[in-house]
Amino acid sequence: MSFGEFLMNNLQQFWELTGFANAQAGNFVMLAVGLFFIWLAIKKNFEPMLLVPIGFGILIGNVPFNTGAGLEVGIYEEGSVLNILYNGVAAGWYPPLIFLGIGAMTDFSALIANPKLMLIGAAAQFGIFGAYMVALALGFSPDQAGAIAIIGGADGPTAIFLSSKLAPNLMGAIAVSAYSYMALVPVIQPPLMRLFTTKKERLIRMKPARAVSQNEKIIFPIVGMLLTCFVVPSGLPLLGMLFFGNLLRECGVTTRLAKTASNALTDIVTILLGMTVGASTQASQFLTPQTIFIFFLGFMAFIIASSSGVLFVKLFNLLLPKDKKINPLIGNAGVSAVPMSARISNNLGLEYDPSNYLLMHAMGPNVAGVIGSAVAAGVLLGFLA
Amino acid sequence: MKKRMIFKAIALMLTATAALPAFGQGRSALRINEVMVENNNSIVDDYGRRGAWIELFNSNFAPLEISSVYLTNDKNNKKLYPVPLGDVNTRIPKRQHIIFYADGEPNKGTFHTNFTLKPGQDNWIGIYDANGETLIDEVVIPASLTADQTWARSEDGAGEWMLRTGGEDDYITPSSANVIKDTNRKVEQFAKLDGNGLGMTVMAMCIVFSALLVLCLCFYGIGKIGSAVSKMNKMRAHGVNRKQADEVQKTHDSGEEIAAIVMALHEHLDAHDRENTVLTINKVKRAYSPWNSKIYGLREIPGRH
Repeated sequence: MSFGEFLMNNLQQFWELTGFANAQAGNFVMLAVGLFFIWLAIKKNFEPMLLVPIGFGILIGNVPFNTGAGLEVGIYEEGSVLNILYNGVAAGWYPPLIFLGIGAMTDFSALIANPKLMLIGAAAQFGIFGAYMVALALGFSPDQAGAIAIIGGADGPTAIFLSSKLAPNLMGAIAVSAYSYMALVPVIQPPLMRLFTTKKERLIRMKPARAVSQNEKIIFPIVGMLLTCFVVPSGLPLLGMLFFGNLLRECGVTTRLAKTASNALTDIVTILLGMTVGASTQASQFLTPQTIFIFFLGFMAFIIASSSGVLFVKLFNLLLPKDKKINPLIGNAGVSAVPMSARISNNLGLEYDPSNYLLMHAMGPNVAGVIGSAVAAGVLLGFLA
Repeated sequence: MKKRMIFKAIALMLTATAALPAFGQGRSALRINEVMVENNNSIVDDYGRRGAWIELFNSNFAPLEISSVYLTNDKNNKKLYPVPLGDVNTRIPKRQHIIFYADGEPNKGTFHTNFTLKPGQDNWIGIYDANGETLIDEVVIPASLTADQTWARSEDGAGEWMLRTGGEDDYITPSSANVIKDTNRKVEQFAKLDGNGLGMTVMAMCIVFSALLVLCLCFYGIGKIGSAVSKMNKMRAHGVNRKQADEVQKTHDSGEEIAAIVMALHEHLDAHDRENTVLTINKVKRAYSPWNSKIYGLREIPGRH
């Protein structure tokens, strides 16, 4: 072999390892999806904390490479760096850490002051089970249907946690779908809220919530964890961490821990979770007809969940005295996209009455939705795992 | 003195709690799972010989180290065969099995016991914990068991003991699950009996509503008790009765008034809000110069304007 041939052979081998030589149409489709997510986050400001890591993760996961070369770079290749980072998603330990942070940054006062708002959080879970029935009708098996339906809980970590247990092969599509719809909450929910409410209902003013003592705030996470986990022990990882985080926040003697859980830890896990979920959408695994069904079902679950929250408030109002009526615009907040959906209730309320601030009232069902979706995930896990 | 007592009590509780899992979820989860007394056509050991075997099962969802537990077939000699220390293979993975050959030749390796099982008579087998006293599991293999039949649990680590002849329905499974599952039974049942998902929806929504309803009622109660206690404390502090306390309550400033006063103070004193509902008035000392200010740093993060 001449020196020239030797060089050419090496260059040929190098070419075979490049992305250009291994690219397929699917890779470019997914790269476009990743760029779209990044555009949505930066230009439209749709959940940038989630969509930037996910979008860039999609780019990382869809750079084509020679899978037969044993480079150990792909997210599905055991031992690769991305695979090690992906373990938090696959084994389901990132979501409970995120829940710890959510607990540490959430003020449950609105819920404690007005506990009946918890029922709105429960009603919104109809979205999950409505989507479950449709998924079964579309031919998904019960465990797959359960994993897809949890998108209706509007809770990304819960969706990832449940799908990693019930349908690991669908997890990438479910996670991306859940986070996409969470980002699109400001687009999806307002038309539904307008559709199901009258102008008179939108103007309902709710009494300011009573002041909640610190003792009540401390008792809430302890009793909340014990009661919900005794009912659904399979929700322990999520509910346990959520209430633990909240106790760190409220007890007043672990400020440093609460700060770390709600800031640094949540940020680190969000970065890793978003990036690895994005990277898990390799075209070969992601671009299937099932993914289209999952996106359709997720969209439907969101619509049912938001609508059922609003309709439940209207129904509930029939039983309440005149001075204690609830503004149905807070019903959408029963899905647990915290605090985005509560903000939407507030904005829509202000649109119709510039002095009617609904934010704190909407935070009640919003955080109840977090608890409700974790309980629903526990139920599905208990029944189907 | 009091602090030291509290510390000791906490240390004692922690020690007791740490000791609990060792008993609760440790070796007590070891189960005798399947036994063959006379082996003519079943599995062979590392030496290519067939002998009686005892399958143990780790019913834990965590690995289980079984070195130094005792296997015995003699009720009067509980420490007959100690599982040797130092063999990595004595660590049973979660929900997995391990085989011991009851061939009376312990010098052949860790998994060869120093006792044998006798065909044609009842064989009692027991497992004792490392203390040689705590019985973990036991079984009596009936004398009626013939060659190449096993006495096995209907499910791994649980269920009734039953005779297995090696037929289509009662297969013999050394070193593997007693029930071979090709599907998730729960999922299969839901698919068969609740094809449209209505049953799941009704059950699950009832559970979700009940959980949150219980929480809701609980916090109604806690709220009421909290209000009553705080009212009583106020009455005691002001030395007034219930009627007078109600009068005082009526003359109190509303939330809006308090908020307005706080905002005015905030504006006037340049007070500093550190956390929700707490107004902290701090003296602000600006001891830095523009040279060390972050605003003028070279690595300022670009923002959206």
